Amino acid sequence: MENLIASSGEAKRLNSRMANRHSHRHQNRVAVRAHHVQTGMWLAQALEPNRSRSVPSPHNNSWEPQGVRKPYMDVIDVSWGDPHGGGVKPLTFVRQVLAACIYPELVESDKLPVDVKQRAQSLLSACDGGSVGSYTLSGGISYIQCSVSNFISRRDGGVPSSPENIFMTSGSQRSLMLVLKLLVHNQASLPAGVLTAVPTYSSFKMMLQRLGAAVVPYYLDEEQGWAMEVEELRRALQASKGVCNTVALYVINPGNPTGHVQSRKCIEKVIRFAAEERLFLMADEVYQESVFGEGSEFVSYKKVLSEMGPPLSHTVELASFHSASKGFMGECGLRGGYVELVNLDPAIMKYAYTIFSTDICAPVTGQLALELMANPPRPGDPSYPVYTQETQSIRAMLVHNMNWVPEFLNNIPGISCQPMMGGAFVFPRLYLPQAAIEKAKVVGMQPDLWYCKRLLEEAGVCVGPGCEYGQKEGTHHIRLCVMTPVETMEEVLKRLKNFHLHFLKEFS
Amino acid sequence: MCLLHGTECELQKPNMTENGLGNRVLNMDTMNPNVKRVEYAVRGPIVQRALQIEKELKEGVEKPFTEVIKANIGDAHAMGQKPITFLRQVVALCAYPDLLEDDKFPEDAKNRARRILQACGGGSIGAYSASPGIEIIRQDVAKYIEKRDGGIPSNPDSIYLSTGASDAIVTMLKLLTSGEGKNRTGVMISIPQYPLYSAALAELAAVQISYYLDEDKCWSLDVNELRRAVKAAREHCNPRALCIINPGNPTGQVQSRQCIEDVIRFAAEEHLFLMADEVYQDNVYAEGCQFHSFKKVLFEMGPEYSSVVELVSFHSTSKCFMGECGFRGGYMEVVNMDPEVKLQLTKLVSVRLCPPIPGQALLDLVVNPPQPDEPSYATFIKERTANLDILAEKAKMTEQVLNTVPGIHCNPVQGAMYTFPRLSLPEKAINAAKEKGQAPDMFYCMKLLEETGICLVPGSGFGQRDGTYHFRMTILPATEKLKVVLEKIREFHKRFTEEFS
Repeated sequence: MENLIASSGEAKRLNSRMANRHSHRHQNRVAVRAHHVQTGMWLAQALEPNRSRSVPSPHNNSWEPQGVRKPYMDVIDVSWGDPHGGGVKPLTFVRQVLAACIYPELVESDKLPVDVKQRAQSLLSACDGGSVGSYTLSGGISYIQCSVSNFISRRDGGVPSSPENIFMTSGSQRSLMLVLKLLVHNQASLPAGVLTAVPTYSSFKMMLQRLGAAVVPYYLDEEQGWAMEVEELRRALQASKGVCNTVALYVINPGNPTGHVQSRKCIEKVIRFAAEERLFLMADEVYQESVFGEGSEFVSYKKVLSEMGPPLSHTVELASFHSASKGFMGECGLRGGYVELVNLDPAIMKYAYTIFSTDICAPVTGQLALELMANPPRPGDPSYPVYTQETQSIRAMLVHNMNWVPEFLNNIPGISCQPMMGGAFVFPRLYLPQAAIEKAKVVGMQPDLWYCKRLLEEAGVCVGPGCEYGQKEGTHHIRLCVMTPVETMEEVLKRLKNFHLHFLKEFS
Repeated sequence: MCLLHGTECELQKPNMTENGLGNRVLNMDTMNPNVKRVEYAVRGPIVQRALQIEKELKEGVEKPFTEVIKANIGDAHAMGQKPITFLRQVVALCAYPDLLEDDKFPEDAKNRARRILQACGGGSIGAYSASPGIEIIRQDVAKYIEKRDGGIPSNPDSIYLSTGASDAIVTMLKLLTSGEGKNRTGVMISIPQYPLYSAALAELAAVQISYYLDEDKCWSLDVNELRRAVKAAREHCNPRALCIINPGNPTGQVQSRQCIEDVIRFAAEEHLFLMADEVYQDNVYAEGCQFHSFKKVLFEMGPEYSSVVELVSFHSTSKCFMGECGFRGGYMEVVNMDPEVKLQLTKLVSVRLCPPIPGQALLDLVVNPPQPDEPSYATFIKERTANLDILAEKAKMTEQVLNTVPGIHCNPVQGAMYTFPRLSLPEKAINAAKEKGQAPDMFYCMKLLEETGICLVPGSGFGQRDGTYHFRMTILPATEKLKVVLEKIREFHKRFTEEFS
């Protein structure tokens, strides 16, 4: 009997049309995460025939094999921006407050510092019924909306921020989806389009696909450290005319997967472009805490917009996204994200409220995480010394990796890597021998995907293939997360180098 | 001045009124038109007014009451229900594993926590999990379902953890919706219904096919009504799914086994995908009523149905005895889904990355609670029983009191957390409402809010037969407070009837 659902929802192949215009092949692929978890799990199963499923060991994102002989002891996964999964430790203050909020008896405990207990008490009194198990208002707990808006204001040197414009959601991905739901108006003749960087992480493109919107690709300039050029934005927008109705420009700063941090000048140009071309600006700034490159500085789109003065500062519509998943906290699993909506039509804000309210509210643990991110311990607080030590240690890890990883990769024949200015990833280029590219074709896989599969099988290292993110035709890349403990990073690169040299030899 | 922080919260300058709203890129013309049709009464205008009133009370404005009582949303903890100790202990241990050294925590809680942490990346609840959820928790959910359903097998691969049941419901509706014009997907949903369904269908531009529950027969479902609805719907859309909420929201009815069989047979005949929202499955109070899971009944009907009828069931950590709404924990189990489609579903859920880990952990404890031989068992059972018993008492009390009010008729609250009484409104009141451009029951509820501080949701937010009026009230306020609320409603209704006679 024929099943009821023979095909999924409303995925239109508009992306192919856009892509064909730029000779950029698009394939309807399973998301990076699902694919690699499946591949990793498949491999881990091969390694452990006696267990029904493998589980990651508690100390890093590796599986312990018992079965088949392999030239390595465990699988290391750096394909995903998951600091804790990679072995980075949670911040003590954050977890102490969280635990005390979850189990308020701990507020009486003499084992927790005073500032932890006070913070937990303040947060609990902001929850209905004094419980983190209650629903909250749809934008989030008011107390926390205030904390976040104060945080934004401080970060931006005093630029005002209003709590009513802040909506907390289950991760920033959910905010992105809900804002897109407002924006994406597909008409019979012309679908909506969103300018999206090549490369960009795949979940965003899947979101557009799910809404029936088109990806309008603009290429970042690899030779210039993955910089964004307004002329390229102009070209991309022009090419989209007649194919779709481009309504928004999606920017990720610091970049994912590129590690590029935009200069203030670049941000100003982008804002001007968005204003001229009447585009809604979506600024994904979740990696704003991880900027350590020499001469690099994170400045928010909102701050630059404000400093450009009227009329732009009062008219350019902007959504800025942030999250507790990245930065020093790395609390991906708590699902705490927010969007700040700037300069939106008040009539639209009413609908924004309705759309956000159908989720009822963001997970309270995620909201708590955002509050703790917005209001870390200060000098003089009992938790401050430990907090500082832990964040300095993470900072040192990132700074070390940021400098060392691109350099190491650049010294491997057949690999080049742009300098890393910020963010969590490097996106090195692979110069694959023609014979390898041919072999991949025979196997029926994109060359870098095939490379990654072999890297996983032969070296036990899981990275992201460039084809998932998009790249110039004929180029190949991989993505690695460098928000990873130094020892693990060193092991990953050692294995990668060995594998790569063998690979080159095999196809020379 | 930010009242909550006692500090200066810089408010954004009014930034658009003078500058021409029509110039906005995102305006009422360009916005996704489907969004305009989305309404969610549970958080709608009356709730916004209630929040405003709360602010006014804080500012010292004089009112005929001292607090707003929010009986609009199914949030037990907000109304004073205490969390279950064991659940919170384990999740706290997961959040801050140093507590595993603390002898104030019982050993069984620590064992659960260790097991969950071992299944988390890097041993931390801050790591992403696989998109369908942590593997061992999906296994535990499958075991729970098997036990609940008398041994009928449940496959962990068919279980998807979600951010509350809402997330899973919307995902399934998305998966089901396709086609254009007369071929557009139609989805059957009860009237009255929980407005997440109508909101999701509006946003997806799917066709809502309403079937009426029978108020005179305690809100039961009549298959003839289903037949009528689907036949009419086939003229203008392609009916593909049938949603049923059991125990019911807002109606509180618990469907009989016979009814469930009839629905399954109907779904098989009409080739419809069954969506069974069972989040209130532990909230069954009335004598002679029992929860029957759709899956169990399906399999007991034999292979003619069990190998063919496509079914998804939803559950959540927000209701039942634990009431942990804020954790956003839930799952769905799919039965007889086409393997190709299941692949698409797996891909679809990966877009939202993963459900919150604390919610997944909490769900694990709900499906894997303390066993009789474990130290936490006695306390756990005591707390669980107390929560459910109190709810049963309040359900009975609510029905009894409301039925003593002339002009209010209340069906028995057989289950769930709400009462949905029918109101007789005087003609004058109905006209007054129309003049204001309000639904009569909204007019009634707004007045109730302004005069008593009690926030309910008008029946028009859930759907009702034309010419009938209802409100939905939760039975969640603490017993003493609930008594006061019911009294105030009685007095208000009398005043209202007199004022508009």
